[in-house]
Amino acid sequence: MSKVQNPQMLTANRLVDGDVLYWKGGDWVLTLVEGDVFADPKDADAALAAAQKYVTGNVVVAPYLFEVKRNGGGVTPVKEREVIRAAGPTVRHDLGKQATHV
Amino acid sequence: MYRYDEFDAKFVAERVAQFRGQVARRLSGELTEDEFKPLRLMNGLYLQLHAYMLRIAVPYGTLNARQMRMLAHIARKYDKGYGHFTTRQNIQFNWPKLVDVPDILADLATVEMHAIQTSGNCIRNVTADHFAGAAADEIEDPRPLAEIVRQWSSLHPEFVFLPRKFKIAVSGSPHDRAALKFHDMAVEIVKNAAGETGYRVLVGGGMGRTPYVGFVIGEFVAKEDILAFLESVMRVYNQSGRRDNKYKARVKILANALGPEEMHRQVMREFEEISRAGTLQVPREELDRIDAYFAPPKFETLPDTIPAGDADFADWTKTNTHPHRAPGYAIATVSLKPIGGVPGDATDAQLDALADLMDAYGIEEIRVSHEQNLVLPHVRKKDLPAIHARLKELDLATPNAGLITDIIACPGLDYCDLANARSIPIAQDLSRRFAGLARQQDIGELKIKISGCINACGHHHAGHIGILGVDKKGVEFYQLQLGGSGAEDAAIGDIMGPGFGEHEIADAVERVVDLYLKERQGDERFLDTYRRIGMEPFKTVAYGTGAHGVHTG
Repeated sequence: MSKVQNPQMLTANRLVDGDVLYWKGGDWVLTLVEGDVFADPKDADAALAAAQKYVTGNVVVAPYLFEVKRNGGGVTPVKEREVIRAAGPTVRHDLGKQATHV
Repeated sequence: MYRYDEFDAKFVAERVAQFRGQVARRLSGELTEDEFKPLRLMNGLYLQLHAYMLRIAVPYGTLNARQMRMLAHIARKYDKGYGHFTTRQNIQFNWPKLVDVPDILADLATVEMHAIQTSGNCIRNVTADHFAGAAADEIEDPRPLAEIVRQWSSLHPEFVFLPRKFKIAVSGSPHDRAALKFHDMAVEIVKNAAGETGYRVLVGGGMGRTPYVGFVIGEFVAKEDILAFLESVMRVYNQSGRRDNKYKARVKILANALGPEEMHRQVMREFEEISRAGTLQVPREELDRIDAYFAPPKFETLPDTIPAGDADFADWTKTNTHPHRAPGYAIATVSLKPIGGVPGDATDAQLDALADLMDAYGIEEIRVSHEQNLVLPHVRKKDLPAIHARLKELDLATPNAGLITDIIACPGLDYCDLANARSIPIAQDLSRRFAGLARQQDIGELKIKISGCINACGHHHAGHIGILGVDKKGVEFYQLQLGGSGAEDAAIGDIMGPGFGEHEIADAVERVVDLYLKERQGDERFLDTYRRIGMEPFKTVAYGTGAHGVHTG
């Protein structure tokens, strides 16, 4: 039985500059709020498989799935690591995605 | 300071060109990520939580003004306006783009800097006492030896693919400011009964998930034999260090499994073989040539008094200046720990301004300390008021060197891909909590060190008060350790017990410190009181009544 309890999202880093990306509709976007949320683990695994073409195409590196929780109208990552990765350093609100994307 | 000769310059230039080609091949797809990763790591380039991170070596912590300006330039042009000085006398940039890294390395090469061997399973950047060549208690400047070790270990064919990373530190003073006993291998310059100087070699220290205090493997190694001796240790490690399990691959595991006697026997067997071959004797003329690069500046004859100043200046000179070997001079610590700041961070403007200040006051070098501060090693005492005034304008004059707010903290979960918990916000909380200078001065020497994971980049094992961040079911907890030391009385701190929540840890530390103030006798430091009365009284007060201790082991 899968250990996954929550919906999942797919993320990776952009090869050319390392920026954090999220999967949306067969391509990548820059912010978590825009990304696809997979309620069904099979859909999440399919997205991860589809993302491999961007790995072999040298667009992204290290794609992986992570769990999120429904939160009102949006989602919040289960792990603090993913919360920070999606926003930027908690000690420098002028840096990371939080500085340019709300 | 050391200047590149033609071979050094060629070597670094070729590495830049080589990496430029590797990056191009990665971007074009000729290299996969699996193929590229070890190549980028050999050039100090990681992929971290938000972006790439470039770690640049500052060998034995020594920089000149030109190099500082280049670091400022890189922060401004290629990063987000700041750099982070680490506990290994490196500087890290947190946001470089892969496509820019070859240009960054090319810029660094113009000022004789690079990022080679700042990561990967090789001999890393050699570190040294940050007061080298200046300290009043110094037997001999350790940096010429550090430079010889750097040259010997740079791309040494036997040591490029070790089982794990290998860290070497050197010091020339009886007071250990380089955390020698927490290095894989360390060299301490000592005098024997005949008054001759030689090298005491230690091996097997380290932090991380299995911390050990290093032990002596060579009591008095002759100067000309030092490379043969160090190479002997490396050969024993290369032959017998475990390659089947990365957690057991460090030399500390091998050394402590073998024990001092067997480790010594094996090292001496190699040493005799290398000595017979006679290929690793350092020629006297080469020692003299390198020594000359580290000749101290010509010290003027000056009055040996610090001019009077205001209360801020008096506070700063009391804590942030240290005795210099030359009358009329002082060593000044530039604090990178402003109250509530990020330990070790410096902006491009601050780096540029420091370079200007060095030029203005004839200071040829600045040092990076393993405590994440900068050090001006040769300051005329008469210049201290003006230097302090300028540092104050730059927010670099916090009078807290060695005090409770002079906290070491790794980048933690705010930046690091390996971390389980944040370190910086805990350091900031504690810094604000103990901000009052009179209270800090009353508490005296107290070293708090914080790591966001078991890898211990924040040296929590060696903190008088150590804090280890752990993740427990997605929540950050912080484990307290007491009684550690990275100095000559090196010790691994004792774990207190269940961890504290993010909002409880500062209260717990404050209760521990308050108990120390109540229990201390005479001039006892926190560490002395802890060693006298032990853990139990501190444990009793730390948990108080409201803390939600969680077993984090």
